[in-house]
Amino acid sequence: MTVQGEVLLEGPAVEAPALTLTAPISFWGGVDATTSAIADPRHPEFGQRLAGRVVCVPATIGSSSASAILLELVHRGLAPAAIVLHQPDAILLLGLVVAREMGYATPPALRLDAAHFSALAGRAITISEGGMIACRS
Amino acid sequence: MTLAVVNLTSDERAIAAGSRGAGAAMAMRIVAEAGRLMGAGRLLPIASAHIDGALYHGDSGTLFAEKLVAGGARVSVRATLNVGAIDLTGCSRNLLPPHERAMASRMMTAYRELGCEQTWTCAPYQAGHRPRFGTDVAWGESNAVAFCNSVLGARTNRYGDFLDIACAIAGRAPDYGLHRPENRVATVLVDVSRVDPAFLSSDIAWPVLGNLYGREIGDSVGVISGIAAHPGEDALKGFGAAAASSGSVGLFHIAGVTPEAPDLSTALNGAQPVERIVVTDDMVRDSQRRLSTAERADRVDAVAIGSPHLSLEEFDALESLLRGRRVKVPIYACTGRHVLAQLDAQGRRTALESNGVIVVADTCIVVTPILPSKAGAILMTNSGKFAHYALPNTGYAVLYASLADCVESAVSGRPTIGARA
Repeated sequence: MTVQGEVLLEGPAVEAPALTLTAPISFWGGVDATTSAIADPRHPEFGQRLAGRVVCVPATIGSSSASAILLELVHRGLAPAAIVLHQPDAILLLGLVVAREMGYATPPALRLDAAHFSALAGRAITISEGGMIACRS
Repeated sequence: MTLAVVNLTSDERAIAAGSRGAGAAMAMRIVAEAGRLMGAGRLLPIASAHIDGALYHGDSGTLFAEKLVAGGARVSVRATLNVGAIDLTGCSRNLLPPHERAMASRMMTAYRELGCEQTWTCAPYQAGHRPRFGTDVAWGESNAVAFCNSVLGARTNRYGDFLDIACAIAGRAPDYGLHRPENRVATVLVDVSRVDPAFLSSDIAWPVLGNLYGREIGDSVGVISGIAAHPGEDALKGFGAAAASSGSVGLFHIAGVTPEAPDLSTALNGAQPVERIVVTDDMVRDSQRRLSTAERADRVDAVAIGSPHLSLEEFDALESLLRGRRVKVPIYACTGRHVLAQLDAQGRRTALESNGVIVVADTCIVVTPILPSKAGAILMTNSGKFAHYALPNTGYAVLYASLADCVESAVSGRPTIGARA
């Protein structure tokens, strides 16, 4: 499968496994910034780590401190390989904007209709700099 | 849908390219990028900012603030500070580990060096920071945003970490959301005229209504009808804080009370509401129950009041209920320096402390570890916002009650419900 995503924030080409979230996530309170693990026991992907994965996010909820958690993940070397959002979330993505300003290596962020997410789940994914998303396996 | 292009003025472009230094450039680029991601076509000049970003969530936030300082950045508009992680006045002590305490302290210092006022309060609107009706501002902290929009009639979105200080330095905010008049019109009518008047005049009415309102309305703009008289600013403060905790409320209207709602029709811009919610006594009782999380009410380990931070009038009420009695269970009374200075000038803090009240300034009990860890502990509070955050942030289960009940429970050391104010 190959599908074109819209590049929200540019980043390097990516080759990584996908982690498809099946419920909305709150980064502040819902993700442990020291491990990148999903920390909300009510979340279906509780315990999964975001680090190094193409994280597909159907929706975000909660605090305006989401950006602070994402910046902290980048700072600790625990960032996702890429963030794929159904809807752009400016507050969350601000964490990547600031990370870039801090000179940290930042992952790309793309928009893709969540209808494609289930086809990506658990697969090895490549993303080109231009936002072309392909399944390797 | 493709993201908008933000049209920067030549001055804004020059600042983003470094004409006023590296720090100002970074701030302008962050505001412009946020604008692009939010779909704003341009930036707006702002009159002031309230900064929520000086609360420590990790070392990267400290390094960000210090990079702005190193780049010579200064705020270009009035900027007050929300709570930090440390009580710099020394009134209360916290349990932060050494590394976190040091980084939180560096962060607070950096924000001071950026030119922010050391207000350290979530109620800046009671500390003299009151933007004029209709002005655009960039405020953070959900209760402050709700109060600023709704009670003062100034215009702000919910600005969070990084964007709040970037806007304050740039003196600009993205033109979208609640900055635009068409997005400030109420679409939902919330009718409280059938609610028991005795409840509406009680001191728990507004936090309970706020919790109900936030859950019912989410992020829509609503107007409340059926309120006969202005309930006072502290009531609106408690309402907004509860509503912004249980929902994503950035702006509410109350017909005949708040400035953009001189009457229902004005708040609705002459249109019919898209949705009409008639609040019943059952809904009110349900909301009041939801504010408590404790399954049993047979003990109380601490009482906390002051979210948002207590006003001087709220300390008056505390003292008149306490009547000089000593408490068996500590009352944590959270407030800002603007009130602390007056309490100290009148010798009132010492008197409260000798009765077992712990005054907490610059911070509060849900954003930094102040309450001692205790298995199965129960916190009693009259704050809708503390009730929302206490369990996840402190581990204390919540008993929600009036201020009178909070005080009587602290004095007796047992939960006391139904005390007379």
